[in-house]
Amino acid sequence: MKQFISFIRKEFYHIFRDRKTMLILLVMPIVQIVIFGFALTNEVKNSKFSVLDNAHDAASAALIQQLDASQYFELQSNLHSYNDISEAFKKGTIKLAVVIPEHFSDDLEHQNKAQVQLVADASDPNVANTLVNYAGAVILDYQDRITQDKKLPYTINTEIRMLYNPQLKGAYNFVPGVMAMVLLLVCTMMTAITIVKEKEMGTMEIMLVSPLKPLLIIIAKAIPYLLLSIVNIISILLLSVFVLDVPINGSIVLLMSESILFTIVSLSLGLLISTGASSQQTAMFISLVGMFLPTVMFSGFMFPVENMPKPLQIISNIVPAKWYYIIVRSVMIKGVGIEAVWKETLVLFGMMLFFLGMAFKQFKIRLA
Amino acid sequence: MGNEKVITAEQLTKRFGDFVAVDAISFEVSKGEIFGFLGANGAGKTTAMRMLCGLSLPTSGKATVAGFDVFKQNESIKKKIGYMSQKFSLYEDLTVKENIRFYGGIYGKSDSFIKEKTEKLLQQLHLTNEANALVRSLPLGWKQKLAFSVAIFHEPDIVFLDEPTGGVDPVTRREFWNMIYEASARGITVFVTTHYLDEAEYCNRVSIMVDGKIEALDTPAKLKEQYHAESMDEVFLQLARKATRSDG
Amino acid sequence: MRTLKFILQKEFRQIFRDPAIIRMIFLLPVIQLIILPMAADYEIKNIQLAVADHDHSTYSRQLINKITASGYFKLVDYGNSYRQSFGEIEKDRADLILEIPQQFEKQLVREDASTLFIAVNAINGVKGGLGSAYLRSIIQDYNREVRMQWIQFPKFSPEPTIEITSSNWFNPLMNYKFFMVPGILVLLLTMIGVNLTAINIVREKEIGTIEQINVTPIKKYHFILGKLIPFWILGLVVMTLGFVVARVVYGIIPVGSFATIYIFAAVYLLAVLGLGLLISTYAATQQQSMLISFFIMMIFILMGGLYTSIDSMPEWAQWITRFNPVSYFIEVMRMVVLKGSGLADIKQQLLIISGFAVVLNAWAIYSYRKRS
Repeated sequence: MKQFISFIRKEFYHIFRDRKTMLILLVMPIVQIVIFGFALTNEVKNSKFSVLDNAHDAASAALIQQLDASQYFELQSNLHSYNDISEAFKKGTIKLAVVIPEHFSDDLEHQNKAQVQLVADASDPNVANTLVNYAGAVILDYQDRITQDKKLPYTINTEIRMLYNPQLKGAYNFVPGVMAMVLLLVCTMMTAITIVKEKEMGTMEIMLVSPLKPLLIIIAKAIPYLLLSIVNIISILLLSVFVLDVPINGSIVLLMSESILFTIVSLSLGLLISTGASSQQTAMFISLVGMFLPTVMFSGFMFPVENMPKPLQIISNIVPAKWYYIIVRSVMIKGVGIEAVWKETLVLFGMMLFFLGMAFKQFKIRLA
Repeated sequence: MGNEKVITAEQLTKRFGDFVAVDAISFEVSKGEIFGFLGANGAGKTTAMRMLCGLSLPTSGKATVAGFDVFKQNESIKKKIGYMSQKFSLYEDLTVKENIRFYGGIYGKSDSFIKEKTEKLLQQLHLTNEANALVRSLPLGWKQKLAFSVAIFHEPDIVFLDEPTGGVDPVTRREFWNMIYEASARGITVFVTTHYLDEAEYCNRVSIMVDGKIEALDTPAKLKEQYHAESMDEVFLQLARKATRSDG
Repeated sequence: MRTLKFILQKEFRQIFRDPAIIRMIFLLPVIQLIILPMAADYEIKNIQLAVADHDHSTYSRQLINKITASGYFKLVDYGNSYRQSFGEIEKDRADLILEIPQQFEKQLVREDASTLFIAVNAINGVKGGLGSAYLRSIIQDYNREVRMQWIQFPKFSPEPTIEITSSNWFNPLMNYKFFMVPGILVLLLTMIGVNLTAINIVREKEIGTIEQINVTPIKKYHFILGKLIPFWILGLVVMTLGFVVARVVYGIIPVGSFATIYIFAAVYLLAVLGLGLLISTYAATQQQSMLISFFIMMIFILMGGLYTSIDSMPEWAQWITRFNPVSYFIEVMRMVVLKGSGLADIKQQLLIISGFAVVLNAWAIYSYRKRS
């Protein structure tokens, strides 16, 4: 035990001596969570749109006014012909064009039926899709208003409540996501690299002949990173509550324990990578180039997993960040307890055992 | 040995913050000389050598190497010198031949020069069969001899060797020194740091550094006489006892 | 020039000597390019709906049938308590609750009005917003049907209706893959470029070979060029491979010309590799360099305009993206691949990225010190 502690102490010296790395490790997550917390939103706000108004009457003016007033849209100078639309799209000045036909008011009043055409720049189909839907909703609102003025019979009203995130803030979604990404990638990368570095430099051999069991040596290397991660988790949580206004609705103890479990999963994954990588460069490639995008795309905070084709939904299950993201969202924002996330917790636990077991097996093979 | 001075240092100093690594050292080295630089770990030998090679900018003082000023003409110096660092610094993932070719090439040697000299060198080192082996796979002693050969491959005026025989067995050390003598005989000035005191005996002149200063400088014979010592070992111990800096 | 030849020879040999890295340089992007784009669909389908029906009337059943028939919604729970439905949301099994009040049908018929309640899980704001918008429009449709039953207005619809037609230009089938595949290719290219170079010089520092280089009369720009060119070529090869995958797997052929893309990519790669080398000259250990490049990558990728729209970011964040080379390449890819823009159209982006390339590489050469 004494030897074990002295090993851990040695690892701490390594990390704390290297001030620059320490600084990056502690400051990076803070900067990231602030930038992403404020900047990232898959909401489309203030999207620039123009109108090709062939009617120029009361109804068209009212409709344009209503679109401009919504937080989603921002009116740009008007278009004069259909050709202007493609011009504007090519230049990228607008994303959506609203075409209102002649006699819009007349049609609406006398035939109770009028048409509006929405033309979207679908080179980013996701944005286009969202914009068309939002514009449709605004037009529907406008229609509702006229309808209400007319006091029609048999009206079904709808009342909508936005749960958990009434202001539809992007941070509610992205804070848990970024947390999962930062913890996973930093921990995996750092463990993998420190161990491979010892291999590269030949110092691993020296440690392996020490009386300490290999497993303990490895654990000793991971413990400082675990503690650093705990500091990071705390600073991220403080920032999200006090700077980003993302509340912690559930139990802090549960949230912390889950985060520590996730950190250990990441460290174990790093360990496993280190047994397979022969150079720091390989380790970096696997843990960064290999894991970055799959983590962004499969953890669910960018793209809802249930939207994906079935095979990809299955693949997404092997991404540890997915499970952690669900847990953080549930505990932090929905405020539920362990009874709602025990399954995800078990999955993470299983992953930890699997990674550690595999790493240890590989390690033994190499020693034999 | 000519009287032409190829290295001169005057009050050469290097500070790292408050720490004075090299404290106003002055000396001269003549052409063809084997000049030994002795000192405990941390005495400042390597730093002094790195200043002369143009790897480290001196804080103050004056120095010339091969007639060039170390402050301003450091890139000109580099054409005239060879260097072998403490850390083995050939590319382990390149073969013996590829390493030689690379270094020959960046010193601007012609293809025919490189080709001929490589053949000769491989024969001398008995490495002809290993020419296409990765340097990684060679035993340490061979690596060190190869590193030395590469350092003088472009026929420099001066070669700087920083503890070249660290961790090498006595037989190889002997062979290594034979190579140094051969180089010296061809007129290459050798500037070597070491903490093996028996190696000091092989040098024409020896300077002993303690805490960043040169405490003694002369031929091994004269030093022994001056300090009434049987061997360089004793000379060194007498001087080193004064050291206040700890190891490292 | 001759010196450069020797440096290049050495760098290429070193790259190809490590089969593990070579494999990864080519395999990782190809595999990711095949799998990832399919995951990148924002279109909201399969919204999980829980219904709390307190009415159990013909109308409530009709309405629910209409909703599930629309194809957007999947009924995951049907009960008669809001609490139970809310539990489904808590457990992440439902996204949306539709609560039908008691006497829904009666009130509608007798009092001419009735109210439905919708509750949405809005943690993911877009999903919540779109889900409720779909649901509302279905309800409104149903409302119209109900009216038609009760009021005989053969000629006109009883209420003013605005018919909305929409068309999507440049990508009429709304195939998000046309947008995602080139975008992901840009991201992969950037990561590979920065990571390979960021680790390269610092690796020589750690091993100690840089000392040996520094005592040679080698020119600083020779050394940097020697590091740059091999990875530049590798980058272009990886990109070509990426376009082959895009063609074979996704059938993507740029509307614009490949020449335009390659000209831009050539300059872009110089900028990205310069950034990596710059990191490498500053870092003391490979570990440091990896952390720094991870940090920069994360900002570049998440704020590159592929995943979230730059226009929706706050002013200061948009300002940051102006320093993000990734955002320019993604924009250019979108313009050339989907809209068929030519060199003249991307002039501005090309100019800016050239600026990045010059500044970053000059900075890298400057900050690489042969003498400490």
